[in-house]
Amino acid sequence: MLTCKDFLKELSDYLDETVDKEVLAKLERHITECPNCWVIADTTRKTIRVYKGMDPHPLPSDVESRLMRALEKKIAAGKSGQTT
Amino acid sequence: MMVTVAMPVSSQAGVDESTLVAQSRQGDTVAFGELVRRYEAKIFRLAQHVTQNREDAEDVLQETFMKAYEHLDQFQGNSKFYTWIVRIAVNQALMKLRRRKTDKSVSLDETIDTGEDTIVREVAAWDEDPEQRFSREELGGILDTAVESLEPPYRSVFVLRDIEELSTEETADALGLSIPAVKSRLLRARLQLREKLTRYFKRKGDDAFAYM
Repeated sequence: MLTCKDFLKELSDYLDETVDKEVLAKLERHITECPNCWVIADTTRKTIRVYKGMDPHPLPSDVESRLMRALEKKIAAGKSGQTT
Repeated sequence: MMVTVAMPVSSQAGVDESTLVAQSRQGDTVAFGELVRRYEAKIFRLAQHVTQNREDAEDVLQETFMKAYEHLDQFQGNSKFYTWIVRIAVNQALMKLRRRKTDKSVSLDETIDTGEDTIVREVAAWDEDPEQRFSREELGGILDTAVESLEPPYRSVFVLRDIEELSTEETADALGLSIPAVKSRLLRARLQLREKLTRYFKRKGDDAFAYM
């Protein structure tokens, strides 16, 4: 029988769907019988989902213009045969 | 000869990445500009998460693309361009962290307890789409604060795996960690974040199950 501790150890692989069939069957049996582990698996899955769904903020315009200036300088230096 | 190089806004938004890389290698600065534009926001976010410092993050952003430009001929093409620049950015960011390391240890290599005790203190169910209770801005603030509160060894792994969506292998490679180390840190990071977010996301009326 799988304990809650065993289940938690496999949780990441379970959520990433990288466990083999045999282990998967055991894990799934465990969460149908253990409400706590079901909640932990469900809320951890949602945790991962909300982070994956976050788009980065667009680059602030001052940061962007300094980046472009730095790159233009770098490219110009390369073109005229200088190294930095 | 004076060469003026502009990084004009390109019309290459739909061009695939390997074409842009090939064009950039041949000196096409418009193509390189498009590559930069595609990934600058993600690289800046990654740098902010790892360094926890805006100024350092901006340096990392500039250094990453300058190094990428300089070493474009070394890019093998057997990985994705994005994975390649992430590795450059992680290296730059870690260097910043190490340089800044004084009294407060921020090493990624620090020994962390291997964690038999995977922390689970609060077991409360969440709504189906708990994030919808918050505005985009509020949600961003909640998620950022939670990530920032992780210890650096956990934070870097979580950021690369679950925010930047690198594979376990790519994350191990970028951070110079073994695969088991990535996996155990990722698990701990996920559980810690779950715990922190439960405060905001738990289903209303389920307080009876909150032990904290």
